[in-house]
Amino acid sequence: MTAHGKDGEQTDQGLRLGTEAGVDADRPSRRDLLMRAAALGVSAAAFGTAFPVAGAALADEAVAARSDQFKAAYEALVGERKLTEGAVTMTLPDMAENGNMVPFTVYAPLESPPGIDDYVTKLTIFSTANPQPVIATFGFTRLSGRAEVSGRLRLAKTQDVIAIAETSKGELLAGHTIVKVTVGGCGG
Amino acid sequence: MEKPRYKLPEACKAGDVIDIKAVIIDPMETGNRRDPNGAIIPRKIINLFVATFNDVEVFRAAFGPGISANPYLSFTLRVPGPGQLVFAWTDDDGQKITETATLNVTA
Repeated sequence: MTAHGKDGEQTDQGLRLGTEAGVDADRPSRRDLLMRAAALGVSAAAFGTAFPVAGAALADEAVAARSDQFKAAYEALVGERKLTEGAVTMTLPDMAENGNMVPFTVYAPLESPPGIDDYVTKLTIFSTANPQPVIATFGFTRLSGRAEVSGRLRLAKTQDVIAIAETSKGELLAGHTIVKVTVGGCGG
Repeated sequence: MEKPRYKLPEACKAGDVIDIKAVIIDPMETGNRRDPNGAIIPRKIINLFVATFNDVEVFRAAFGPGISANPYLSFTLRVPGPGQLVFAWTDDDGQKITETATLNVTA
């Protein structure tokens, strides 16, 4: 699979994910996934205040596809709060041949040993262009070990998929990735 | 919904972070599809999955219609010690299916 972005360049955020995320050394395949996930992001697309800066053609298409219901749901969750961009790793295919069955892994690498009160409590996955904007919301606990979940989701068309994680201290972490969809799968 | 299945490691130690996989058969009707007459087929999905360990919640997933049919999850648990995992799926009609699994925790 080829990386998106004009030259597949790695942003600062991408490099930071690979080296500072605290990825276990004994799981090299996950490190590979993290590096690849970082490369999937649109080059130089700062998630910014609320939406990425349009740059490469795919980013323009994804930004143009943004639905009103996504914007409303996103504002309801995030409001004026600050996000740490690129802090949630999203592993999804560059291109989904079947929009009904798109595999995903999301990982917010902020874990702490038991007893320390700073861990991820909630993670919301948004679709920016499906009829319904919230794909799923996950709740983690101190017993989770890692704020990581894999599953399969539906995408109606090419769009940005955005993950917002919340920590026990109320801080927000964000990640996003664009998935190109050839055959849409929401039924709408 | 039917045929829930799960996968746990064969053995683990207290303190390990283990992967748990759970899946169940369900069409997860989105409420966006239309029948041949053009009428909307009503939404009917599994909207909640909860995993508990010795009766304490460890993980939950609230699904929207954007989750694929036969919803599959892989999530993690930091093993506190021996005990029982219970997985519970609930759908829009309030139906609930549970599965119980014992973790094989070696010293």
